[in-house]
Amino acid sequence: MPLEPGARVRVRSMTPPGHVRTPFYLRGKTGAVERVLGPFGNPEQLAYGHAAERLPLYRVRFRMDEVWPDAPNPADTIDAEIYAHWLEPA
Amino acid sequence: MPHDHHHHDHLSPSGHPYRPDQDTGLSYWQVMEIAIRELMIEKGVVTAAEVAAQVEAMDARSPAQGAAVVARAWTDPDFRARLLEDGSAACAEMGFDVKPMRLIAVENDAATHNVVVCTLCSCYPRNLLGLPPDWYKSRAYRSRTVREPRTVLAEFGLNLPDDVTVRVHDSTADMRYIVVPSRPAGTEGLDEAALAALVTRDSMIGVGVAREP
Repeated sequence: MPLEPGARVRVRSMTPPGHVRTPFYLRGKTGAVERVLGPFGNPEQLAYGHAAERLPLYRVRFRMDEVWPDAPNPADTIDAEIYAHWLEPA
Repeated sequence: MPHDHHHHDHLSPSGHPYRPDQDTGLSYWQVMEIAIRELMIEKGVVTAAEVAAQVEAMDARSPAQGAAVVARAWTDPDFRARLLEDGSAACAEMGFDVKPMRLIAVENDAATHNVVVCTLCSCYPRNLLGLPPDWYKSRAYRSRTVREPRTVLAEFGLNLPDDVTVRVHDSTADMRYIVVPSRPAGTEGLDEAALAALVTRDSMIGVGVAREP
C-alpha cells in the first residue's frame, strides 16, 4: 500500500553493503512524505545489472532540527528521495 | 638571481623550481576510463571521432535551456503551473529533450528559498543547465549544503533573512532539480528572451538569485 503525501515516516537505520542511494545522514531520521514518485527500478539491484524490482520512490521532507539538533534555523528543511523499502511508519 | 630558492640545482632557467608535468597523477578510475576507451576503439565498438563528438556535445551544453524555461514560467502562468506539476512534461513542451531525466521544478518566493545539492555524487540537470560547475561536485559543497545551508549561501553572497525558509533538495535518486528563481522587480516590460538573459546558472541551482535588469 503506497504511502500518501503527509505520512510520517522514519528512514530505516540499516547499513547494507553495496550501491545504496539513501544518504547516511538521514538514516534513523523522521520526516513527512512530500510527494510520491515512481515506481522506479531499485538502484541497489540495477547497479549490478540484476533484474530490478519496481518500487515507489518518496520525496521525504525533514526539518533541519530533526536532522541536526543544533540547527540555528530549525524550521528550514531538507527534502530527499528515499525508496519505499527504506521507510517505516513513524 | 631573480629568486633566492635554496636548491639552485632544481631551478628552471627563469629561476623558478621545476614542477612535475602532471599536477596530480591519474586516479584509478581515470586509468580505467582510458583503458576501456582505447580498447573499445581498438575493437571497433566506437570510433575516436564518435567519442570526440560526444565530448563536444556534452561541453556545448549551456544553461540556456534552463533560462528559457524559467523565463517562460515567469511570463505564462499556465506554463508555470504545468512546470511545477510535472517538470519533464513542461520542458518537453518547449522541445527540450529531458528523456534521460525526470525533472522537479521548485519555486522561490518571498517566504521560500530553494537550493539543490547531490550529497551522494553530483546529480545535476545537465540537459537544461549544461555541465555542473566544479564546486557543485566538491565534497565541501555536497556535505556543507545539507549541514549549514545558510552559511554556504552567504559565501555565495546570498544572505537570507530568518523569515525566509530555506529548503534544501538533496538529489539522491532518480529526480533532477531546477530552481525557478523569483522574477526581479522592474522587469514588467521585458519579453521572454530579455528575461532569460537575467536567469543565471547559479540562480537555477539556488546559490544565487536572478540578475536585476
